[in-house]
Amino acid sequence: METLLSLTVGLLFAAAIYLMLARNVLRFLFGMILLSNAANLLIFTAGRLTFGAPPLIPEGADLPMSDVANALPQALVLTAIVIGFGLFAFALMLVFRAYATMGTLNSDDMRLAEPVSDDLPPTASPAFDPPTKGSRT
Amino acid sequence: MSWLIIAPILIPFATAIIAFLLRDKAVAKWVSVAGSALGLLAAGLLMAEVLRQGVVAAQMGNWAAPFGITFVADLLSGVMVVITAITGLAVAIYASGEVSHRMEQLGYHTLFQVLLAGVTGAFLTGDIFNLYVWFEVMLISSFGLLILGGRPEQIDGGVKYVTLNLISTVLFLSAVGLLYGMTGTLNMADLSIAVERVDNQGLLTVVAMMFMVAFGVKAAVFPLFFWLPAAYHTPTFSVSAVFAGLLTKVGVYALIRVFTLIFDHDIGYTHTVLLWVAGFTMVTGVLGAAAQMDFRKILSFHIISQIGYMILGLALYTPLALAGSVFYLVHHIVVKANLFLVAGVAERLAGSTDLRRIGGLYTHAPLVSVLFLIPAFSLAGFPPLSGFWAKYILVKASLEGEYWFIAFVALAVGLLTIYSMTKIWSEAFWTPHPDKIKPTLSRLTRAERWRLLTPIAGLATLTVIIGLYPEPFVQFAERTATQLLDPSAYVAAVLGGRP
Repeated sequence: METLLSLTVGLLFAAAIYLMLARNVLRFLFGMILLSNAANLLIFTAGRLTFGAPPLIPEGADLPMSDVANALPQALVLTAIVIGFGLFAFALMLVFRAYATMGTLNSDDMRLAEPVSDDLPPTASPAFDPPTKGSRT
Repeated sequence: MSWLIIAPILIPFATAIIAFLLRDKAVAKWVSVAGSALGLLAAGLLMAEVLRQGVVAAQMGNWAAPFGITFVADLLSGVMVVITAITGLAVAIYASGEVSHRMEQLGYHTLFQVLLAGVTGAFLTGDIFNLYVWFEVMLISSFGLLILGGRPEQIDGGVKYVTLNLISTVLFLSAVGLLYGMTGTLNMADLSIAVERVDNQGLLTVVAMMFMVAFGVKAAVFPLFFWLPAAYHTPTFSVSAVFAGLLTKVGVYALIRVFTLIFDHDIGYTHTVLLWVAGFTMVTGVLGAAAQMDFRKILSFHIISQIGYMILGLALYTPLALAGSVFYLVHHIVVKANLFLVAGVAERLAGSTDLRRIGGLYTHAPLVSVLFLIPAFSLAGFPPLSGFWAKYILVKASLEGEYWFIAFVALAVGLLTIYSMTKIWSEAFWTPHPDKIKPTLSRLTRAERWRLLTPIAGLATLTVIIGLYPEPFVQFAERTATQLLDPSAYVAAVLGGRP
């Protein structure tokens, strides 16, 4: 079972990296969510798998009676899922805004912050108001 | 005791909540300033305790280490928390004069305080998974701050910043998972013992490299730094100042922590890689800066080249070199945040950050010129400012270790730093303004002048103090380095009597 899961993790990582190499930012995001799921599965597998032994302690005892499953990796995965979900929602919204602003999803064409040409910017600054013209806005 | 160590984290969180509730009102900015001042007080108290005791540790919920989450403050964490609080206070004051009411309504102060809490938490935690969580707290608030206002350049820079940082956190998470699978623990002090028991030391090196790449993205080292110059010049100046000062330094801190405490099993390999990385980071950063014509873009590339110096100290792995790294970290945060704040004032006075569009600041605003010169000279390493001592220690350490070439690179990069600082100086300050505008300080209202210039003057004073009285700071850095190289005190404080 661990071998199977390890192979799945590897496959997910490979698919995620393939998707993330695309210039299309949306494909990149899909790769990203695969990658974070692959990482979650990786933690789960790295914590070793135990079958049919939930980590429950009988009433009155301080310790479990026999070997039980390790609950810690699952707690970690749960935390990582929640965080990953939040970040993914943000990233999706950001990419949507980027598409609305720049009209493209191709990362090569997203050059607003680092323009290719060395021309001067058209105006000094939209908010700038020379003192000769009077009051500040 | 445990209150002392979590107060620097709780205060910014509490401030964030209050600022959130008050975000429509004009008082939110003062809440932010007051919270930051209180945070500085708490950081100072913690630092005093650390200086007295060596290492302070607190177990959350009284779950004994290594089972619960531990917070640890050793000398390195302590000084990082203090410098974070100082930067936080300076930027909070500056933001009160800079940030528009619209951005305040969108929650600027809340995000800013959560960012400070995330950075402080990352410095104080003693648990590697918890470090991941603090990284995320820091990241999500930095995402918000970066795109707050929503100008097209900000969105564009944001896409690059967000995507590359997400990859780095997933890599970090995977590395944590694998390390846990090998050692069965997440507590960093426990890990430093447990890694010795791992059968396959080669696999451990692989995980170490995963950590190096993950933290390397955060720290913006060669060849992983591309998100930084794409994003840092786009947000508001107070935001870029706090990013420039603190965010990459969390990556450097994490590298120093992990590669002194946990992965010191194969120094010949890992630290040689770090040495190459340091050299290339210094050179590419400074060359990138030489090619730019924008105030903030030049400064952004300089962050990268300076990160190289800090990594250099870690890579050499001698007491003196690590002391140099620690000294450099502290000096760099103060100086770099300050330069971005000065860039903000220059933009307000002269109308742009593009060096070809501004000028005349020296004639019309001599005070701003002096306040620029101090951190700029310090960054380039002029004696007697703080940057000189930082570079001096690192070069001395490289020469002592007989790394002649890297010492030469460090010196040459210093020279090139002066070159691009000169470029800013001559274009923004010396040449007359191309549009014949007079960039005098009277362009700011009286209140704005106080709020924008006080933090700059404060940070500049700190630079001068470190430069003129370096002795206590160097001694402190040496103590920190000794503590980093011999983690027994750290381990004992966390795990108690348990071996």
